[in-house]
Formats: sequence, structure tokens, C-alpha cells
Amino acid sequence: MLEIKNLHASVEGHEILRGVDLTVRAGEVHAIMGPNGSGKSTLAQVLGGHPAYTVVEGSVLFEGRDLLAMKPEERAREGVFVAFQYPVAIRGITNAYFLRSALNAIRKHRGEEELGPVEFMDRLEDKLQVIGWDSTYLSRPVNDGFSGGEKKRNEILQMAVLEPKLAILDETDSGLDIDALKTVAHTVDKLRRPDNATVLVTHYYRILTHIAPDFVHVLSDGRIVKSGGKDLALELEEKGYDWIREGAAVA
Amino acid sequence: MTPLGKAADLADVIDRYVADFRAFAGNGAGGAPSWLKEIREDAIARFAQLGFPTTKQEAWRFTSVAPIAETRFVRAPGSEVPVSESRVEQFLLRGAAGPRAVFVDGRYAPALSSRVGLPQAVEAGSLAAALGAGGGSELARAHLARHVAWRESPFAALNTAFLLDGAFVHIPTGVALEQPLELLFISTDQSLGPAVTHPRNLVVVDRGAEAAVIEHYVSLARGLYWTNAVAEVVVGDGARVEYYRVQSESRDAYHVATTHSQQGRDSYLGLHVVTLGGALARHDVHTVLDGTGAELILNGLYLLGGTQHADHHTLIEHARPHCASHEFFNGVLDERAHGVFTGRIIVRPGAQRTDSKQTNNNLLLSTEARADSQPQLEIYADDVKCTHGSTVGPLDQTALYYLRSRGLSTETARSLMTYGFAAEILGRMRRAEVRERLDRVVRDRLESGAAARAA
Repeated sequence: MLEIKNLHASVEGHEILRGVDLTVRAGEVHAIMGPNGSGKSTLAQVLGGHPAYTVVEGSVLFEGRDLLAMKPEERAREGVFVAFQYPVAIRGITNAYFLRSALNAIRKHRGEEELGPVEFMDRLEDKLQVIGWDSTYLSRPVNDGFSGGEKKRNEILQMAVLEPKLAILDETDSGLDIDALKTVAHTVDKLRRPDNATVLVTHYYRILTHIAPDFVHVLSDGRIVKSGGKDLALELEEKGYDWIREGAAVA
Repeated sequence: MTPLGKAADLADVIDRYVADFRAFAGNGAGGAPSWLKEIREDAIARFAQLGFPTTKQEAWRFTSVAPIAETRFVRAPGSEVPVSESRVEQFLLRGAAGPRAVFVDGRYAPALSSRVGLPQAVEAGSLAAALGAGGGSELARAHLARHVAWRESPFAALNTAFLLDGAFVHIPTGVALEQPLELLFISTDQSLGPAVTHPRNLVVVDRGAEAAVIEHYVSLARGLYWTNAVAEVVVGDGARVEYYRVQSESRDAYHVATTHSQQGRDSYLGLHVVTLGGALARHDVHTVLDGTGAELILNGLYLLGGTQHADHHTLIEHARPHCASHEFFNGVLDERAHGVFTGRIIVRPGAQRTDSKQTNNNLLLSTEARADSQPQLEIYADDVKCTHGSTVGPLDQTALYYLRSRGLSTETARSLMTYGFAAEILGRMRRAEVRERLDRVVRDRLESGAAARAA
């Protein structure tokens, strides 16, 4: 589904990603871990198409197509979803209106009929239940005045509504209390299907106790320096990141 | 520089207005009660002292009224200009369904007005009529020119001097209006050259009464004219008022206005200001929370394009304890438009437990658009909560990317965010029927702006 080869990317002239290789197949959950400043969020933003990041070298194929050539909105319509580490407030636009506009943009792209407000609300009902929200959150402006946890839940709600093929969650677990974390993890788990894939970008082991990843990768200084199964995450939790970095330096 | 810099020219301009006042007082205004004649005389004398403001004065730093002072306006004759009912219906925010008082070139037009649905005890008509009969209405006498600080404002003084007609609205104690009452002001007649009207509105809502009122300015003609309006809105103890002021003058017009509200104990006033029209517009809003427990929402939106200039100068005066005022003004400025916002809050000594919040956000859609925003807090009590904040800038790039990352095109994301700026203000309007109509007006306006940008 996703094939990243030798990806180099920079922001404001600083090279952050220095040759990332990663393959994600349908049905898989990958966790990307690493210390602060290792390039985890940059990787998520580059995959989303953030205009502040420049791809210097390498390629990214999504379902065999050149992802990097697509605009952010095209990536979304093709089924790529990036949950933001810092979701943005949109004043004056209700969550319901925003969600429906986004869903309809994607449906239109797929050649499906756009949904009216009533049909849309019907479909939304069970998605709301999953994340434990009532409909009052829908009439509030997008992320405006939301707490940190509410913003993260809102990202997961968007993901549930837009049903992406590939979801990239950029530190969605950071800043969440244990209940919110469980809700988020539970929702992500529930949305797992054989035909979609999830990339969890995280600093902490905690969320991985709720979502079992198939693969764990350690990103350090802009490269994936170690890959393994779920056990690698546990090892990182016990030993920290330093041993990986030292190992990488020696190698 | 303008030729108006010379003292002799300035004196000439004032002399011209004083001479015109003499003609007005000796002729058309003959029927007025003596108390009103005295006020008018005081007002023209005050105007002659003050003269037109210049940008050297702090309150007028960003707005030059030289174009107004330099133009020889004639008082609109208020003749029988034919305006069709269907035309009026198009203008009405509420359509033909609701009660309305219509004014053509500043004069009440009974044939175009309607009391449909209004209780018998409610007054909703012509101020001239209220002033005319038998020494004038006691109510008008008790309130007219008693609230607005016309001695401090040359434009309010000029309006008071030439005070002739406008809306007179009285909602008696305990009466609740079901439908919004629309006061529609149509400018039509430029046949004698650039015309000026001085509409004067008095709205008195008694104790415990409820009403929604729309004060709405529109134009049939293009070309230069000047509206110099004043409204005094008196909200009695426990009364609840939604007051909508919509300025949709022609893009060539000058519009100067003063709105003064006076609130009693435990009253609620939602004062919503929507500014869309005019080449040069200045609106002074002075609200006084003059009873314990009063609540004010002062909520404004200005959408400007071309070379439009609009200046909103607001003053919220907390005169009594336990009052709350929340002020929100958003501006969307396109092309070479210039928006000015001044938000002054005064907390008088003894006005403890004041809760006051002010924000002004300006969205610049073009690199040539400009916004100036200045908060001014004067707090003379110690147990108060006052906050203010303002922003000026283009659409947030991160937010734009956020929306695109959910599948929206750049153009859709831009228009959604721009609309959100306006929708935030519209969302505070409590009367759904008014809010929905204004929503349509705002969407049309933004779409035509976007179309012009794309062209």
C-alpha cells in the first residue's frame, strides 16, 4: 500500500529525514518510535503534503502511484489521512459542516453521491458513540476552545467518518489522560480492517499496550535504525532510546 | 493634501451648514414643539463650535472626513419619489411577512410601511408624526436627544440640528413582539446633486418588554449621497432586545452614524452591527450599562472590498455593578479596503464585578488591504474582569493545509475559512429568521468578492 524509498526531506533548509525506507501493506499496523527531534512528525507531515516541507530525494508510492506528486487534498481523496499532533481551530465553522464538507469532497472524488445534512447526521450517530461523544460537539466550531484531549478525539472522529485506507496518527496519544487514550486506542483498533493500514507515530510505549502493532520501527536522526515486532517497543520502554542511537553510531 | 486645511475654508463650510440650518428652521421645521426647537438651536451652535473633525484628533486618526466636508450636500427634498412595493420587499431582510416602517430619503413612507402582527399598544412609525401632534409625544420629549452625547460629536450635533424624521418605536411594559420589526431607510433622490439625510431614530422598550428591531440602510441609486444617522435605544429594566443594524448603502455613499444604547437593571441587549456598504463609513456605538445586572452583547461584522473605508468606534460604559459586556467585531478586508476598529471600555467607579470581554479579528484577503485595531481600557473599579485581544492578518496557512488534508480544495478551504470569520459573528444572533437572511447576504457578498478576485 505504502512504499517509502530513501526519503530525504528538509524544512527551512535543514535536512530532517535522511533516507527513510518503509513498506506498509494492507491490514498492517506499524508503530514509528523515536526520540524527540528524530523526524517522526516530519515523516507524518511529508506524507500528508505539508507545504512547509521539501522532499529533497527519494520516492513514496501509495497504491503504486506517486504520492509526492499529489496535492494534500488529492492524497486525502485517495484515502490518506494524517491525524495532526496539533489540530487547528477553524473559527465559525461547525464540526458538523466541516466533517460533511470533507466527506463529500472524498465521496465526490469516488463518484459517490454527496450527502445532505440529514443523511450525514444519520451516519454520524454511531461514529460519535464509538468515541463517546454526544452531538453537542458537532455544533461547536472546529477545535475552537477544545481541550487538548478533545482535539485529539476530534481527529479520531474525522478518521472514523472519512474511513481512510491509510491512517497516519502523529502523536495522537501525547497529552491524553488514560481514559482518553483508551478511547482513542479502542477506536483505532475498531477501525482496523484487512484492507486498510495504520501508521502510529509515537514517543511512548503506552498506546502500544492497547493497539498491538505488527511492526515497530525506531527512527533516529532521520533514518529508521531498527525494525522489529511488538517486543522492540517493550525493549525501548525498558532501555530508552540511547542504546539504539549508540548502536546506530557504531554501525 | 486637501484644500480644506485652510481655516477660512473650514469656516466657510460651517457657515454653509449654519445658513442651511436657518433656512430649515425658518421653513420646514416650523411645526416642531418649542422644546425641540431649543435643542436644535443648541445643536447647530455646538456643531459650529466643533466643526468637522480632522485626523489630528485621536478619535479620527485613521478616518478623514474631508470628502464629506468638501462636498456641497443638499438636504434630500423628501419629495414623492416613487418606490414600488416590490422593490421594498426585495430590500426587506424579513421580506413582506413582517412589520416594517419604511423611510424614503429620510421621510416616513406610510404606503410602504406595515403594522402587520404588531399589538395595538406598540408604536412603530414616524418620529415626525410623534413630534408634531399637540406639543409632541411625552415619551419622545423624555428621551429624544437626552441619551446620545451629541455635544461631544459634531455629526450627532448636526443630525440633532436637522432632526426632522426617522423611526419612533415604543414597546410598552411587558409586551413581547413576535416578529422582528424592520426599519428600512432607502436613499433614492440625487436629482438636486449629492443629497444628505439625517435620519433620527428613537426606540424605547419598556420594563420587561421584548423585541427584535432591524435598522437597515439601503440605496436605489448609485452616485454620491450622505446618510448621517443617529439612533437612541432605551432598554428598560428586565427588557430583552435584539437590535440589528445593517448598513448596505451604495458603494459610492458616505455613511456616518451614532448608535447610543441605554440599559436598565437586569436587561439584555444584543446589538449586532453589519457593515457592508459605503465608500466611507464611520459608526460610533456608545452603550451604557446603567442598571445592575445588565448584559450586553456587542457583535459586529464588516465586509469590505474595493477602496471602501469603514471605521467602527465603540464605547462600552459600565456605570453599575454586576454587568456583563461581550464585544466581538470581525472584519474581512479585500482589495484595497481599510477597516478601523476602536474598542473603548470604561468601568466607572463603583461598577464592581464587571465582566467585560472584547475581541477584534481582522482577516486580510489581499496584500493591499489594511486594518487598524485599538483597544482602550479605562478601569476605575478594582473588582473587575476585563480582557481584550485583537488580530490582523491573512488566512492562516496551517489551517488552510489542515482543511486541504481532509480533502477540501484550496479554493473551498479559503472560502470556508473566510466565511467562518463572518459566521462566527452571525452565530451570536439569536433571531434565526434574521440570522439566516444575513447569512445569505454574507455568502453572496463573499462569493462575489471571490469571483472578482478570480477574474
